Amino acid sequence: MTHATATADMMHPPVPAEPGSGVYSNKLGMWVFLASDVMFFTALIGSYIILRFGVTEPWAAPGAVLNVPLTAFNTFLLICSSVSMVKAYAAIADGKKYFLRPVPGKLLRDGGLKFWMLVTIICGAMFVGVQVFEYVKLLGHGFTPAGYRDGSLLAEHAVSDAVRYGATSAGLYGSSFFTMTGFHGFHVTCGVVSMLYLYSTKVLPEKYSAQDYRGIETIGLYWHFVDLVWIILFTIVYLI
Amino acid sequence: MTTAHTRPNYILIWLYLFLMTVAEVALAFELPFSRNVKLLLLLVLALWKAMLVALFFMHLKFERWRLRAIFMVPLPLAIILVLAVITEKIW
Repeated sequence: MTHATATADMMHPPVPAEPGSGVYSNKLGMWVFLASDVMFFTALIGSYIILRFGVTEPWAAPGAVLNVPLTAFNTFLLICSSVSMVKAYAAIADGKKYFLRPVPGKLLRDGGLKFWMLVTIICGAMFVGVQVFEYVKLLGHGFTPAGYRDGSLLAEHAVSDAVRYGATSAGLYGSSFFTMTGFHGFHVTCGVVSMLYLYSTKVLPEKYSAQDYRGIETIGLYWHFVDLVWIILFTIVYLI
Repeated sequence: MTTAHTRPNYILIWLYLFLMTVAEVALAFELPFSRNVKLLLLLVLALWKAMLVALFFMHLKFERWRLRAIFMVPLPLAIILVLAVITEKIW
């Protein structure tokens, strides 16, 4: 480490490493948890791939049942929240605890930890809100974890175009879709709640500093992982 | 622990991620490629985006190899898991 030569463009670890592992305990614990979460989502995605490509009946075409433009917007929200999270991390690494501060000669104000963290929380909460809206709409149209509900709009569509709507595989489609996106949504919700807790107990009282911002780095790792998983899920579930 | 390093341009990475998402949606619904080509390109784009997030937002590029290994070890295991179940009919 070269703390003596630190500038605003250099990134440094928040605290000295624990002996042995080479990282501080919180971060190591988060990485181990993320490694286990990789296996968890692999099991879900793997099951989906096997069901999707193993089934002999037609599967619903992309965009036939799911609202892709809405979910693309949700993907955009999550990507924005990821960049705001890393900006929060960079801000506190530079010791910027404030919300917004004017910069002489510049139109835009400089965002600090409080600002970027709040942006992340808002984007995350909006993602969950849009996902709930999507679920309500899908259930309203008759797409349930058990397939297309009898007498619903989608059930009628499936009768008129069984191939496009994957009429015979709708049960598998529904159960795998709601399981994967539901577990991901649960992860996002946990992230938003955790960030709200950190925001109220640590960020607003300015307990983080350029010397110690372990909590921001640890929750940031979790948040970026949730974004990473969504990037894969969006492609596999909505576009393929 | 990340070692001291030059800060990546996060906004540029965000722009890459945004443009690749737009490209994915266009590829899936607008561009006239065969299904297999679309499948391959969509998977490549998704993995590329995931790599950008892991390397630059999670700072994996700047981490020590021991920490990278923690994240990398489950990946071959994940591939083995999926392949084992896919090939279940064979054995």
